[in-house]
Amino acid sequence: MELRDLAAEAAAGLLARPARVGLTVLGTVIGIGALVATLGLSKTASNQIVGRFDAVAATDVVVSPVPGTQRSGGSVTNVIPWDAEARIKRLNGVAAAGTLADVDVRGELVRSVPINDPQGQTEVQLPVRAASPGLWRAVRAKLVAGRLPDIGHSARGNRVAVLGVNAARRIGITNLDQQPAIFIGDRLYQVIGLVGSVGRQPSLLGSLTIPNGTARKEFGLASPSSVQIETKIGAVELIVRQAPVALSPSDPSLLRVAAPPDPEKLRGNVQNDLNALFLLLGGVSLLVGALGIANVTLVSVLERVGEIGLRRALGAARRHIAAQFLIESTVMGLLGGIVGASLGVLVIVGVAASRTWTPVLDPWVPLAAPLAGALVGLLSGTYPSLRAAAMEPVEALRAGTT
Amino acid sequence: MVEVGGLGRTYGSDPPVEALRGVDLTIQRGDWVAIVGPSGSGKSTLLNVLGCLDRPTSGSFHIDGVDAGELSEDERATLRARKIGFIFQTFHLLGHHTALENVMLAEVYAGGERAGRRERALAALERVGIEQRRDFLPTKLSGGEQQRVAIARALVGSPTLLLCDEPTGNLDSVNTESVLSLFHELEKDGLTLVVITHDEEVAVHAKRIVRIVDGRLSEVTK
Repeated sequence: MELRDLAAEAAAGLLARPARVGLTVLGTVIGIGALVATLGLSKTASNQIVGRFDAVAATDVVVSPVPGTQRSGGSVTNVIPWDAEARIKRLNGVAAAGTLADVDVRGELVRSVPINDPQGQTEVQLPVRAASPGLWRAVRAKLVAGRLPDIGHSARGNRVAVLGVNAARRIGITNLDQQPAIFIGDRLYQVIGLVGSVGRQPSLLGSLTIPNGTARKEFGLASPSSVQIETKIGAVELIVRQAPVALSPSDPSLLRVAAPPDPEKLRGNVQNDLNALFLLLGGVSLLVGALGIANVTLVSVLERVGEIGLRRALGAARRHIAAQFLIESTVMGLLGGIVGASLGVLVIVGVAASRTWTPVLDPWVPLAAPLAGALVGLLSGTYPSLRAAAMEPVEALRAGTT
Repeated sequence: MVEVGGLGRTYGSDPPVEALRGVDLTIQRGDWVAIVGPSGSGKSTLLNVLGCLDRPTSGSFHIDGVDAGELSEDERATLRARKIGFIFQTFHLLGHHTALENVMLAEVYAGGERAGRRERALAALERVGIEQRRDFLPTKLSGGEQQRVAIARALVGSPTLLLCDEPTGNLDSVNTESVLSLFHELEKDGLTLVVITHDEEVAVHAKRIVRIVDGRLSEVTK
């Protein structure tokens, strides 16, 4: 018997009952569709996370003392040292670093002119902060005008200040052409820089920032309250481990480090959550589909007892009968796989389109899915086919009238 | 051409049923043998053994000089495909196939050339005089027409032996007549026919009549 004849007979067997084949295949369609959609969507979603990979967020490390440990036993323990910037910058993998501290100005208000104007509000309460020179690079500050304070300003304790744009707007300073000065209480500070934007620590835009040395001299600042670090890309994990040791060698546990989650782990999590649920769903549907094919093929074998007997009388060997039913069930599985894979791809594209994502799918998935369906069909058809082949032709002829 | 000696067929039920006992039968090429007997006498068992659908439990069985009892299952299937044509009381046509497709099915397992299969099937339909019905499904054909399609299917492989199990059992007298006249034509063409029937009217058309009672075969002299 030629393969073409076998294929033709199997095709005729399927085409004789199109509605039944369609319904039978449905379980496999859903199973394969769910599997393809799951694999594609998790791939698409994780790709999306990589797509949103943000260099600013991914290199952002902030070290601050664990709350409650800064002052212990009555004696002042300054966890973050004044030379924190220098210590951190020595670490390999650090792109920029600087300290930041909130300055307690004891309720002093900030105003831009030395006169009291009863009409307009010229005095405002501005947060005052102290920064080391490296901080500005570490927060990716962009100047609108002027300059940033340097190490000299801090060392000399110069009364200079940097204003964020929002703070400047509040006290009525729009440019530095007139070399404006402001008062903190009754102390006069020269505004040397206007910062227009920052990549991190956005509160700086609403603050007045003075050098560390100035804050110590004028307001008795005890220590920086945090260290802002920008790492080189990929160095976050390293810096997270090294920074506390560099800052507090005697007890690194006094410091806590805020860092972005490892993107690798993040991707893994998303994939795992999605996969676990939907792969299970797809697997169950596929199992149901397999049972459906097995059941219908068995029913079909029992219905076609007479046909089996006739074919045996016409000279079909047992293997021809088995092969025909196996091919029929395998083709059903293959059909389910093809339709399911197509629907799965449509689902991926649909979901991606609705979220404006880029649909991503491993190329082997739509190719392997029909094969998986065919395998399901093949396995489901094994038992019914063997039953068909085991029938005695005499009894089959007697039992059925085709 | 067909030689059966001391043939026995016992079914292994408890107690064992001896369907055939010591059957001796020689059928020459071109013979038309009618097998008559009451139901349950072993007619069908003999036909199934002759058709290589069933194996005898004792005795010898040669067809065209080949010891059919020694053949493997696959070889017997091939023998059925190439040398034996079956005609059944219930026709056994596939419902979803047209008359022509049903006839073409006979060649699927015979291992013949695909080319010309359609033409050979058409020729067989023509021979039984039903070629104008070739595209009809069996459900659209009368009983007589269905049996003719089945006969055409049995003829297509040019079998040496045509085994008919109550071929007219489901037909009215008109259709029975036409099937019998077809058998006469086939006999004239040199085909070997073995026809089971319980109808004496049908049996008398045959060249030879054998009777089976309780599994024992005896020749009936006309």
